[in-house]
Amino acid sequence: MSADGRPDHDELIHVAPEMAIAETEVRSEEAEEFVRGTSLWRDAWRRLLKNKLAVFGLVVVVIITIASIVGPTLIKQIFGFTPDFIPTDNVNLTQSFPPFTGPNGEFSWQHPMGTDNAGRDQLARVLQGGQISLLVAIISTLVSLLIGVTYGAIAGYFGGRLDNLMMRVVDVLYSLPYVILVIVLLSMFRSQTPRGQLILLFVAIGSVSWLTMARIVRGQVLSLKNQEFVLAARATGVSASGIIFRHLVPNTLGPVIVYATLTIPQIMLTEAFLSFLGFGVQAPLASWGSLAAEGIQNIGIFPWQLIFPGVTMALTLFSLNFLGDGLRDALDPQMRTV
Amino acid sequence: MLRFIVRRLLVTIPTILVVITITWALVKLAPGNFYSGEKRLSAAIEKNIREKYGLDKPWYQQYGKTVWSIVGHFDFGTSLRFEGQSVNTIIWRSLPVSASIGILAYILALIVGITAGSIAALKQNSKWDYGSMALAMLGISIPNFVLGPILVLIFSIGLYWFPPSRWGGFPSRSLVLPVLTLSAIYMAYIARLTRAGMLEVLRSDYIRTARAKGLSEKDVVIRHALRGGLMPVISFTGPALAFLLTGTVVVERIFALPGLGNYFIQAALNRDEPLIIGIVAFIALTLLTMNLLVDIAYAFLDPRVRYQ
Repeated sequence: MSADGRPDHDELIHVAPEMAIAETEVRSEEAEEFVRGTSLWRDAWRRLLKNKLAVFGLVVVVIITIASIVGPTLIKQIFGFTPDFIPTDNVNLTQSFPPFTGPNGEFSWQHPMGTDNAGRDQLARVLQGGQISLLVAIISTLVSLLIGVTYGAIAGYFGGRLDNLMMRVVDVLYSLPYVILVIVLLSMFRSQTPRGQLILLFVAIGSVSWLTMARIVRGQVLSLKNQEFVLAARATGVSASGIIFRHLVPNTLGPVIVYATLTIPQIMLTEAFLSFLGFGVQAPLASWGSLAAEGIQNIGIFPWQLIFPGVTMALTLFSLNFLGDGLRDALDPQMRTV
Repeated sequence: MLRFIVRRLLVTIPTILVVITITWALVKLAPGNFYSGEKRLSAAIEKNIREKYGLDKPWYQQYGKTVWSIVGHFDFGTSLRFEGQSVNTIIWRSLPVSASIGILAYILALIVGITAGSIAALKQNSKWDYGSMALAMLGISIPNFVLGPILVLIFSIGLYWFPPSRWGGFPSRSLVLPVLTLSAIYMAYIARLTRAGMLEVLRSDYIRTARAKGLSEKDVVIRHALRGGLMPVISFTGPALAFLLTGTVVVERIFALPGLGNYFIQAALNRDEPLIIGIVAFIALTLLTMNLLVDIAYAFLDPRVRYQ
């Protein structure tokens, strides 16, 4: 039931469109549960858990996220240094040490990933870099979600000329070399503060990666808008924006979640690419991309400076891609493209 | 068909204008000036510079001049930092470098990707399938700026097989590592696309007919299945070109190659305004032309596609 006491249509319809066609066998087996309406998610969750690679992806993503969030604090508690702590007590300490090596070349737990040129702990740097990489990925995805869903839903719902015009604009934008334009934007409007640069990065990446989302949502809305629940909503006098955002958008959630999960690794890669080239996050902030860019300077002598941030990032992307694929299979079995 | 081409051309030209306008606006709206640096210039010098580069004129005249010389004469002006060199010279000098890496990488990706994807589809759920798809996922997940240095570490610093950087002409051993680095992700994408396309085609009726009339498995696969199964790969060519362009930027930076991407990054870092606008316009033009060609090829290859 919705707030004003009317039966809430989208709760009932939630399970209907995709599931009814694609998952007939599930439907007959669990017909009881299906009527209740939460089972789309429960069902998807069950199917996700059956997919070993997706579970692996989920576990790794959760571990890396938690490690990035609590890791730097934990390291400070245990060893007493922060990610940007540059040792000054000993000349030896301002050097780059290999993994698991102490100042005199002996085995030590203090720096499991070694240290960088200034003697900073790599593990702490990588974990802190993870915070920034994940933050940029999530916020930029949210920005692209907001633009894409709104744009696609409006185009799909109103249809006709407006739809034609809006989708033509998307077609034109699709063919633009947008990463190149983002580089121009970021280099021309370089912010004076690291925080400002981060915000610029959210906006720049988010505002160029909503196109596919808009197409997906539009397609969904087109197929949903002629169904009875929309007619019913219109008949009871719900405004256009009410229909779009309270009745149509919630029903497109499945494909939207799937696509958003697949967008996160792409955005992460874009951010790393920009930071690697020096247009992304600014020091003292660091992301995996900018750590890799620092590491590549010393690739011949101190390879661990590149390998650890690089491999951590690759592992995260690998897991996110598997998770996204698994979610797609679980939530939307019809959408099996690459 | 002709109408389709004309219509697409009519969309392409305004798109290029949009790109030029966006780039021009970004460059002009940015705070500061290309000549403003650490040292403060005297008013007389500043006035001279502004006159020389036409900055004393109103913005619509500057904009009109830029657009007209690009669209009308294909002239991008003179670089500000590479003194005395026109942007056209720089583009034509660096294009062969980028193009040879990009084209070689794409050919390599097509060969490896289609082979791996077809094998995976033909032996679905075998260890070949899982193995190549796991590798493909790895290829999609490893950023090229991580893969490149790791290849350098193994093959240049470790084994001394290939030079770690610099341009050695075409063809030369210096091409191997950049091409491998660039093509990895496309191999992976193409393998996945081929597998998905082939799986769908192999289940279709016309393949069953081909098998039923007694064709050998080789003929079924090569003459019938591949043709249909590769359609997704062909439609991926458009986006792939765009990715290749951004990919070459990183690869050229890693391997210190004097390509278009490397010049573009230098121009962006140095605020070399004509060079930025020139390279962006050139890239957009290449991209849109290639996309148009791909669409036309697609219409020829797949008779089901009908353009109105």
